[in-house]
Amino acid sequence: MAPLRAPLRCFAQTPRRFYSGAPTPSAKLNLPIDYKSTPILHHASSSLSNMPEFPAAATTKRLNYFQAINSALRTALSTSEKVLLFGEDVAFGGVFRCSMDLQTEFGSDRVFNTPLTEQGIAGFAIGAAAEGMKPVAEIQFADYVFPAFDQIVNEAAKFRYREGGTGINVGGLVIRMPCGAVGHGALYHSQSPESLFAHVPGVRVVMPRSPSQAKGLLLASIFEHNDPVIFMEPKILYRAAVEHVPNEYYTIPLSKAEVIKPGKDLTMISYGQPLYMCSSAISAIEKTMPGVSVELIDLRTIYPWDRQTVLESVRKTGRAIVVHESMINYGVGAEVASTIQEGAFLRLEAPVKRVAGWSTHTGLSYEQFILPDVARIYDAIKQTLEY
Amino acid sequence: MSMKLLARRGLVRSQIAATTYGSPARRWSSSISQRPGSDSVRFPGAVNSRFTTDMTFLKASDLPAIPTYRVLDSDGELVDKTRPAPDVTDEEVLTWYKNMLSVSVMDVVMFEAQRQGRLSFYMVSAGEEGITVGSAAALTPDDVVFAQYREAGVFQQRGFTLKNFMSQLFANCNDTGRGRNMPVHYGQNYPRMHTISSPLATQIPQAAGAAYALKLQDMQNPTKDPRIVACYFGEGAASEGDFHAALNIAATRSCPVVFLCRNNGYAISTPTLEQYRGDGIASRGVGYGIDTIRVDGNDVFAVHEAMKEARRLALSDGGRPVLIEAMSYRVSHHSTSDDSFAYRARVEVEDWKRRDNPIIRLRKWLENQGLWNEDMEKETRDEMRKAVLKEFGEAEREKKPPLREAFRDVYEEITEEQREQMSELKRILETYPDEYDLRPYQDGAKGLE
Repeated sequence: MAPLRAPLRCFAQTPRRFYSGAPTPSAKLNLPIDYKSTPILHHASSSLSNMPEFPAAATTKRLNYFQAINSALRTALSTSEKVLLFGEDVAFGGVFRCSMDLQTEFGSDRVFNTPLTEQGIAGFAIGAAAEGMKPVAEIQFADYVFPAFDQIVNEAAKFRYREGGTGINVGGLVIRMPCGAVGHGALYHSQSPESLFAHVPGVRVVMPRSPSQAKGLLLASIFEHNDPVIFMEPKILYRAAVEHVPNEYYTIPLSKAEVIKPGKDLTMISYGQPLYMCSSAISAIEKTMPGVSVELIDLRTIYPWDRQTVLESVRKTGRAIVVHESMINYGVGAEVASTIQEGAFLRLEAPVKRVAGWSTHTGLSYEQFILPDVARIYDAIKQTLEY
Repeated sequence: MSMKLLARRGLVRSQIAATTYGSPARRWSSSISQRPGSDSVRFPGAVNSRFTTDMTFLKASDLPAIPTYRVLDSDGELVDKTRPAPDVTDEEVLTWYKNMLSVSVMDVVMFEAQRQGRLSFYMVSAGEEGITVGSAAALTPDDVVFAQYREAGVFQQRGFTLKNFMSQLFANCNDTGRGRNMPVHYGQNYPRMHTISSPLATQIPQAAGAAYALKLQDMQNPTKDPRIVACYFGEGAASEGDFHAALNIAATRSCPVVFLCRNNGYAISTPTLEQYRGDGIASRGVGYGIDTIRVDGNDVFAVHEAMKEARRLALSDGGRPVLIEAMSYRVSHHSTSDDSFAYRARVEVEDWKRRDNPIIRLRKWLENQGLWNEDMEKETRDEMRKAVLKEFGEAEREKKPPLREAFRDVYEEITEEQREQMSELKRILETYPDEYDLRPYQDGAKGLE
């Protein structure tokens, strides 16, 4: 097998993939994201140490997104005997390598494969959490979480509420799932169902944008919040996003947005992978429209979300755009836009714009036309500023 | 499912090729090659299967039905006179009897109360008191229970008081559910019986996960006695996907859990012939590699003995699941929202009531033993009825919990968004005081603070 795979590997590393959309030679906006230079990532350990959310004087290591998840899981498993890790194919390291070597280190009682049943995985995790464990369950792709929807919506989310005075809850529960488009995932390897979960009080919905965020938010989800968490990992970042990540235990608070880049003329709100495109679009606009500055906010937690940070920003800038990958209809953008309309009405100088996936499915050949890209975000900024 | 698998693997392979490349060649236990001339299969999916040249389909209808274990006959006598008497003290068995009776007395009163509109909803467990009390009596207080909704006897046997029942039914301020759940959705922290939720079968995989948690905790702290989970559901719920998921995952993860199916012949209006075509629920257990027994659910001794042995089995060999199918007949309507004579003959129900019933069967046993008589029966029933009516009256008069309980416990802490909505609700209540009756609620509009 090895000789056959070698050329495959080289092929995988060439930027041009014939099965998915490639940039036109003339493109100025819709260029591949350059993860090596994007300001979203901490390319040097020095940029980390300036951030109050990270431990001071931490030793760091350059990790990609799946390695950061792996590091968080390893930290969690060694921090508490209550932490369990299971799902389909997690034992050998997981199909995205997030659980690499963890079964060897922590044993097959705590890191194990389950039968192929999403409703079973979710139900099993809820039961374990109800007896005081901290199960971290993996759904192999967010596209396959729907068989577990009943367990998440009717059971996990309502557990504490219906138990009431017994005090029993499933706060130790975290359900991880890779989400989002990868260029060729078509209908069932591309979805981001965050808004479906955000409609359900009782669960927290988190989507980190980068390796260092992923580790801090995952550890917070496991240890610092006693509520069930839907933890969504944009799988396109697993290998692409590389940055310095502190080696030790640290957490990033849930339900707290982060202003990634301050600005005064427009607020851009997003989460997950589209933040990288927002950043590119902002650089482009700030070059073509000198003097203009755009504030970029990462929601990080989609529900319950940090409404005050967003409102504060929009009250300052007077303009807002929400960007996300999943469909526009009843998406996160609808909630954010209407909250802005209610909370900053008198300060708004333009309609709140939503740049999101079109209201269709992610047909294999059409992905690049369906999902938001830099050109669409750039155009939205321009239209909103010129309104 | 196979399409999904293919799709997943297809994508996955292209993504992980880079890392698997270069790892040393490993030989896995499941890929041992076939010995030449072997008469049995070494396929990884079925390792002990013999080859055959006889093409025979296994016919479910040719297999004998799984037998039903019983100790007492319907006259309250030992079926097998050569076996020793059931291993319970007179006091214990009298407690069981009274617990069964108490649930049955409460059922009659509360069913009527619902009919009078004093209660929003009720479900009786007539005909299934033997299953619930007999099985619960075999558990220790540290064991954990997940139930469906027709298990009042389990709650009764494990210390739930009349006051607890009534507080929950009236959703008043003493209800552990804080007035949030429909009636009969009971719950208790210790002995732990998880608060019942309406979605059917969801508790079954949860029971498997809970059992796995108990197993690990008992391994990590071996000074305490090991615990099991007991999980109850009806034969209708066993058609849900969660049943399949649960039994399979419990078997593969060796979870110390006893699944107890109450097969009472009906799921609302649907008779078992429209629920399944196999030999009940028990026949499925063996398919999952689970030790299984079918018992006579009208025989409290049979149920108790089966549960006691199931508990022992569940804790053996590092833990494993066990399935008990307890046969009975749902004598009552499904719930107060159901008139079962719309789909079954009154005469069938009357026949069952007359022919066999767990309470009457145990009463006959007790009378045969000289432990019970007509006077005791009458006196006990009168006392129980009075006690139920007293708690009923008190529970009905209690205030409902304060309005803030509508928002609390969604998350561990009330969110900023909820706080805003609570103030908005308070403003509405104060602006339109004639539109809302806050008298039943503790602290009125102030209950939102």
